[in-house]
Amino acid sequence: MQDFMATEENSMKIAVLSGKGGTGKTLLAVNLAALAQPAVYVDCDVEEPNGHLYFRPKHIVQKPVCIKIPQVNPTLCNGCRKCVEHCAFNALAYVKDNLLIFDDICHSCGLCSLLCPQKALSEIDKEIGIIQSGRADDVCIHTGILHIGQATGIPIIQNLLLEASSADALTVIDCPPGSACIVMESIKDADFCLLVTEPTLFGAHNLSMVHDLVTLFNKPFGVIINKSIPGANPAETFCKENNLPVLGKIPYDKHLSILHSNGEIAVKHSETYRALFSSLLDAVIKEVRHETAPHS
Amino acid sequence: MKIAVPVDENTQNTNVCVSFGRAPYFLFFDTKTKQTYFVHNSAASSTGGAGIQAAQIIVDNGVDVLLTPRCGEQAADVLIAADIALYKTFSGSAQDNLDAFAADKFSELDDIHAGFHGHGGK
Amino acid sequence: MKQLLILSGKGGTGKTTIAGAFIKLSQAQAYADCDVDAPNLHLITSHTAPKHSAAYYGLPKAQINPARCIACDQCRQHCRFNAITVNPTYAADIFACEGCRLCAYICPADAVSMQPHAAGELMLYAKENETFSTAQLQMGSGTSGMLVSEVKKQLRSAAGNAPFAVIDGSPGIGCPVIASLSGVDWVLIVAEPSISGIHDMERIVDTAAKFGVQTAVCINKYDTNTQKSEEIEALCKQRRLAFTGKIPFDPKAVTAANNGSVIIDIACPSGDAVKTIYKNTMQLFLNNPIQSQTP
Repeated sequence: MQDFMATEENSMKIAVLSGKGGTGKTLLAVNLAALAQPAVYVDCDVEEPNGHLYFRPKHIVQKPVCIKIPQVNPTLCNGCRKCVEHCAFNALAYVKDNLLIFDDICHSCGLCSLLCPQKALSEIDKEIGIIQSGRADDVCIHTGILHIGQATGIPIIQNLLLEASSADALTVIDCPPGSACIVMESIKDADFCLLVTEPTLFGAHNLSMVHDLVTLFNKPFGVIINKSIPGANPAETFCKENNLPVLGKIPYDKHLSILHSNGEIAVKHSETYRALFSSLLDAVIKEVRHETAPHS
Repeated sequence: MKIAVPVDENTQNTNVCVSFGRAPYFLFFDTKTKQTYFVHNSAASSTGGAGIQAAQIIVDNGVDVLLTPRCGEQAADVLIAADIALYKTFSGSAQDNLDAFAADKFSELDDIHAGFHGHGGK
Repeated sequence: MKQLLILSGKGGTGKTTIAGAFIKLSQAQAYADCDVDAPNLHLITSHTAPKHSAAYYGLPKAQINPARCIACDQCRQHCRFNAITVNPTYAADIFACEGCRLCAYICPADAVSMQPHAAGELMLYAKENETFSTAQLQMGSGTSGMLVSEVKKQLRSAAGNAPFAVIDGSPGIGCPVIASLSGVDWVLIVAEPSISGIHDMERIVDTAAKFGVQTAVCINKYDTNTQKSEEIEALCKQRRLAFTGKIPFDPKAVTAANNGSVIIDIACPSGDAVKTIYKNTMQLFLNNPIQSQTP
């Protein structure tokens, strides 16, 4: 690991994702970052950000994340309705000489203010969430938090990754569950994707979806099987049948689950877990090097 | 007074449509002239904000009263801004509902549903 | 049709397992999977009805005709979604494009057209007394909220006369969850006794409250952390949420799901516990009059 830190690879970005929620994304991401420090941990699960509950970062700096929404100057608006007719999202209406603007429907594409012949529409900021940045030991923690009732976290993720982009330490990106656009946005800058799954039928089904996603975006990847128990393992069977590289397993362990559910970082508490996650980190780094090495 | 009803078909004996924003047609009835006409709801096929666009159609037709089984929050914002009164329909034909309204048997719509903001994504 | 929506905020707490049990116990005539990102309910429900499937179209997306493009760069400069790429000709990235039509409007060469785009698949299994509505969003797609609305609309139009429906929701608090809350009478939150489970539960409770939906809570795998379970129960009291029961950790639950069955099909502690939760929840769900919400 020492020689890893000395190379240019120390700014490597690893995205941790899983089709299904609750497979252990945060468990893995938090422990890998804590182990690899200096490291950067980026929580892109903006709907339910949890990583900060484990790190409990200090010296938190908070920034709002805003999107642009249109605002009308009623004295300039002549009621031509061009904006109402052209908005692809139906975010505007014109009633009794008043233009109504629906913030929650607006995608802030900017078309209405661009096409208004009267220049009656300008854009103002609307806060949809925040980014909190802080430190815990030698881990820099960036957390994106979507405000309740807001529909889209994409702009928060974009700001979040920008915030973390200049880091020159190993960066672990904790992604949202699923395989929708929000996950795509989170893995955009990643050098490597770590797919976490569990040995259930659901786990296998959702692994296949997220596997399709990383394949589509041509991202090198490896699989970690969490809560591994002896016996039938649909997720492992899926990996075997489709030649997915399994980089490691985390056995089902009641003690580990209690530590984690209490908000503790396992590698800080026991040599056993330190060794377990170290071997996973080593396997990941080895795979990343192999996958991202220039093919000359 | 002009009354509007979201309907399934553009025929006299049509039923009331269960949806407002995504109803295929709107029926318009003028109580003075006793004339009825139908307008195709161009909002029905839109990906998001159907209620807003549908409400705009109602407003643009100079309606005073809307009879509807349900109505989204944002559509209601548009309709209320236009001083249009909202009344709740019962299931059945549009004509039965118009008759009941004429007989003053209606109560105002009070369950405007929040939550469905029809956001097309992201 | 009354609607019971099962949510969790955090993923993997056992939503689908519990939804599967509820559907079977209630012999639900109507049920749906609104987790269009990662649908799993179809894996454990024995829907035997014939399947109807239809492509789901989101907003049309931009396509640039290279023969017409004069490389003026206007579209790239104005696109808010960074969807225009130059490599070496101008093109619109189908995943980033949100279909706002700004590029088509601004293009001086008329090189941009809007093309239909299938963003997922909508599926309906329907026969007499059983309707199952579900969908699968195409990966990388962003129109999940609309697809959720379509799943629910499909359920309503196919089984509108059913007395009630059980709906499996999606994780999170964003667009798909908000869309799934529309028209719902009760939400059952499946909480997990962990620091993150409690954190996420509070966010989903706030979300349901914001949209005025009545909320009940149950705990899954309560004995994996009894202290956190007590915290959840205390939180329910404090926030005046109905608490309908708790389920122990049960390896047999995994075995059941892996065999494509639900936990009430086999004799197991989790199956017994879910029956109690079912009884308590249904009492609230079916007996409580629907309170009308003020706008």
